[in-house]
Amino acid sequence: MESEFLATMALTFKLATVTTLILLLIGIPLAAFLVFSKMRFKSIIETVVSMPLVLPPSVLGFYLLLAFSPASAIGSFLIEHGIRLAFSFEGLVIGSVLFSLPFMVHPIQSALTQVPHSIFEASYTLGKSKLETMIRVTLPSIRHGLISGIVLAFAHTVGEFGVILMIGGNIPGETRVASIAIYDEVESLNYAMAHQYALTLFVVTFAILLLVYTLNKKSLGGIR
Amino acid sequence: MIVVNITKRLDTAEGSINAHFELTINDGEFLTLFGPSGAGKTTLMRLIAGLERPDSGKIVVDGEVWFDSAKKINLPPQKRSIGFVFQDYALFPTMSVRENLLFAAQTPEQRHNVDELIELIELTALSNRLPATLSGGQKQRVALARALVRRPKILLLDEPLSALDPSMRQKLQDELALVHKRLVVTTLLVSHDIAETVKLSDRLAGIESGKITRVCPPMEFFSPQTLSGKLQLIGEVLSIQYDHPVYLITLLTGNSIIKAVVSQKEASVLSVGAKAIISSKAFNPIVMPLT
Repeated sequence: MESEFLATMALTFKLATVTTLILLLIGIPLAAFLVFSKMRFKSIIETVVSMPLVLPPSVLGFYLLLAFSPASAIGSFLIEHGIRLAFSFEGLVIGSVLFSLPFMVHPIQSALTQVPHSIFEASYTLGKSKLETMIRVTLPSIRHGLISGIVLAFAHTVGEFGVILMIGGNIPGETRVASIAIYDEVESLNYAMAHQYALTLFVVTFAILLLVYTLNKKSLGGIR
Repeated sequence: MIVVNITKRLDTAEGSINAHFELTINDGEFLTLFGPSGAGKTTLMRLIAGLERPDSGKIVVDGEVWFDSAKKINLPPQKRSIGFVFQDYALFPTMSVRENLLFAAQTPEQRHNVDELIELIELTALSNRLPATLSGGQKQRVALARALVRRPKILLLDEPLSALDPSMRQKLQDELALVHKRLVVTTLLVSHDIAETVKLSDRLAGIESGKITRVCPPMEFFSPQTLSGKLQLIGEVLSIQYDHPVYLITLLTGNSIIKAVVSQKEASVLSVGAKAIISSKAFNPIVMPLT
């Protein structure tokens, strides 16, 4: 019982970590695109990014499940190439990335909007390339946005339920994360176990958020 | 020597205009671009810096082509030897004063310049502070020093003092003059402050709706040739009062207020807020130190 608890918790945090890292890689360029691009169809992309905020998780889960199933074109193509996404960890990662996308993109986007354009130009006039400007000027200037994005995406993935239930099911060690386990234990009237999961999630997420906000406040002391 | 001859379509409040800038700047010269807002002063600076692209023409600096539409040459700002001081300072918020300057340094020699510049503009005590903790005047000095670290061929100052209060403004004008004298860097300043212009520049280029109208020494620019007064002051008309049978004009020159009596005919061509020259021929001054 105890080892199953540990495996579930480990899987929960592994999913959240992998999802957050992927989101960080996607989120920065996507946020930069939404802030700086002058493309006409930008608002369509902006809308798609924000959809998971209002869409019931079951809707996203339902369509992902359809897409992953061997009956669909995408699903059968993937299965032919040995990739099975439905009821697998990889499938959960894809679902979580889509579902937590706005939580990563929005804080970065709003931080980028606040950076005055002149500091990029100042960097160029001092002979720095776009890449060096990004690493040494832009990213440090938006670090509070990055931190918020990481924390929100991580916490949101830990707390995710609907999408995972739809596409992942409840396979111990593979797709059974803590939020699913709580539901499962309550269903089988095992309140003590449900309580153990619930309290752990409560304490861990509280601690992470508290730590990050404290650090964030301290490091931002002199700025804005 | 810097030779600029470029055109650029500008969108201004009064519709779009075809700007044509033709200007030669001598080595070590301090040249001010003077004119109403929307005339294209800032645009000309940004075109020289490479932050905007001219529609056609040529920019040549000491024989090096920075822009040539015919040969399709357009050096990016990174490749141009410039120092740009922005109106909003544009300091990097996460770097200290010293780090802001070091960011600009690319060679050991330029790193050495950093210490020298911090001392020259009296920022030694503040060198570890973050920009957010500095006053406007201090920020502007950091921005100036940072622009000078690479010893650019041309220093571009885009209304650097416009956001400062008058006393800080005067102090920085003195500092700017000192820096220019010490480093002999060719400097282009955008300003619409007459006193500042006269004090700092060797020559002045008047810009109106995208054209350079006149290039001459500042005093010549502001004083019509017909006047030959011994004392000439340029100021802003603060008020025009009718005091039967004459008019009483109050002028602000620098920080001083001057009152003068004029006829109705003279008063009719003046208006409150306009620039005016006050001159006097019979002039027997007493000059004393102010204690």
